[in-house]
Amino acid sequence: MRYIVDRLGFLFISAWAAVTINFILPRLMPGNPALLMVSRYQGSLSPRALQAIKLEFGVTSQSLITQYGHYLSNLLHGNLGISLTYYPVPVSQIIASSLPWTLGLAGTATIIAAVLGTMIGIWAAWRRSHWDDTLLTTSTTFTGAIPHQFLGLLLLFGLGYGLHWFPVAHAYTSSMTPSWSLPFMETVAYHAFLPAITIVVPGLGGWLLHMRNNMIQTLGDDYIVFARAKGVSPRNLMFRHAARNALLPSVTNFAMAVGFVVGGVVLVEEIFSYPGVGYQLFTAVSNEDYPLMQGLFLIISLSVLVVNFLVDLLYAWLDPRVRREGET
Amino acid sequence: MAEMRIAGTQDAKHDGPRPIRNASRFGWIGVLKKNRKAQVGFIIFMGFILVAVLAPEIARYSPSNTNFPPLEPPSAQHWFGTTGLGQDVYSQFIWGTRSSLIVGFGATLISTLLAVAVGMYPAYWGGWLDRVMATFTNIFLVIPGLPLMIVAAAYVHHSNTLTMMAIIGLTGWAGRARVLRSQTLSLARREFVWAARLTGASDWRVLVHEILPNMLSLFMASLLYGILGAILAEAGLEFLGLGNLSGVSWGSLLYWANNGGAVLDGAWWWLLPGGLGIAVFGTSLALMNFGLDEVTNPRLRQMSMVSRDRLMRAWRALKGESSL
Repeated sequence: MRYIVDRLGFLFISAWAAVTINFILPRLMPGNPALLMVSRYQGSLSPRALQAIKLEFGVTSQSLITQYGHYLSNLLHGNLGISLTYYPVPVSQIIASSLPWTLGLAGTATIIAAVLGTMIGIWAAWRRSHWDDTLLTTSTTFTGAIPHQFLGLLLLFGLGYGLHWFPVAHAYTSSMTPSWSLPFMETVAYHAFLPAITIVVPGLGGWLLHMRNNMIQTLGDDYIVFARAKGVSPRNLMFRHAARNALLPSVTNFAMAVGFVVGGVVLVEEIFSYPGVGYQLFTAVSNEDYPLMQGLFLIISLSVLVVNFLVDLLYAWLDPRVRREGET
Repeated sequence: MAEMRIAGTQDAKHDGPRPIRNASRFGWIGVLKKNRKAQVGFIIFMGFILVAVLAPEIARYSPSNTNFPPLEPPSAQHWFGTTGLGQDVYSQFIWGTRSSLIVGFGATLISTLLAVAVGMYPAYWGGWLDRVMATFTNIFLVIPGLPLMIVAAAYVHHSNTLTMMAIIGLTGWAGRARVLRSQTLSLARREFVWAARLTGASDWRVLVHEILPNMLSLFMASLLYGILGAILAEAGLEFLGLGNLSGVSWGSLLYWANNGGAVLDGAWWWLLPGGLGIAVFGTSLALMNFGLDEVTNPRLRQMSMVSRDRLMRAWRALKGESSL
């Protein structure tokens, strides 16, 4: 219980930090960047909207504390402001329509990378110092250093425009209307294939090496030697004895992996014009649409924070020691 | 961000007995002598450094010269072909190596100083300062790095080399601060540290002369993935058009290739150099880190498992004999 309260507290503190970063950053920059934005959109906005934006970004004579109060109360009311690019659509509406795509893409890709990478890691540890281990670890070292945008462009180049095997943009065939029907799911999977691969491949190496090294660490433990000595079959030894224990540190790896995947998603969505929050973030940034940018940053951060919180809970559920540590 | 990229065995290094002075035995040179992977990595790494240093000598044309026929495939005049604007890709790659490495190293310098200040120093002191800083680190660790950098860069508007370094350095220190902190914590309460403190050595002296040498391999590893992370971050920002677009770097090569329609025009020669530069340079860092890991973490060393196998075989043989 104590542990959960602890993690919940951290979730709130970090969420507050993300919110505050959003508030402070534009005000920290030399020469308030919002001034530029305001002058740029001067003609196309209603005076009321302009005033709201000025307030939102500190182009006002109010004290910082008052501004901060306004900002927080707006957030608590779910008011993220109005997008300038899609004026007059509220930012929250853009987020609501783009977040599911990103969650689906990033979630699937993370899980595939984690499962696949971990399985190969177990294999590599078992075959340690053999040719296949060397090949696997060396090649994933290379794939791990490939930037997402590069891999994305290569896939687009080869499998998209070159061989026409996969669609080159968007999340589904535009002639279809979104629904939960099977044909629609198929087109979604088909469109998500290249973006997902682009996210999975660079992330694979991290999981693989993490698991491999944990496995090797575990395989050196006395209980494994004992299990071997009493004649446990290799398969049993590998999965039921070693992998189970070596898996635990990999769970904490999720926190870093998710942050990494999110960074990749932003780039990948831009390349494949995938209608998620990453693509919108790119749109917002290139149009200097600060309200939209802030809202997206907030929702991206909060999603990552919540995932981390859930992983922490999962960890405690898997490892009783963590729970007990919290109680003493 | 880059922690995921390179073998993350920092957890593994914390436990288990470790010789107090292993840093002197397994120093940087020692790793290079012993480990093939580290050797290969080091050679590639030095190759890139050489390219960056000698850029003015080996680039054949000015990277911004647009006087060549556009979208030429590689030829004797243009080894890597030309861009859609008629620039020489080879010269852009060479100069891009220089600026990418400068931003990468500069940002890593900033983030390392921060990681030491936030991770190592408070951990050495302990108490409330350490707890506050640890929470601070953890918060920064979970806030997604690239989106944060994107937002910061968007406010800055036209980034130059210095602002890029600052943005990447100021946002990318948390993972390394945490690694340094946990190692410092485990070392700071050891006898030899107490002994040094009791002899009246100043705190910085203890940190630099007693603690740091004992975590040198970890420190080097954190430097290596710091550099990789910084270069990837720079390439990401450049790719979204948030970098210094009048300059030329690996990231901006990819940006212009993407925006200039290299994919549509089939101009693979325009696409490859920037991305491969990052990937190969990143691999060299990862290989060095890998070697470092294998030499300093005894259980990852190749011999130990083999000898354990031999031991097992001997033991089994013994058992077999006795049961006969």
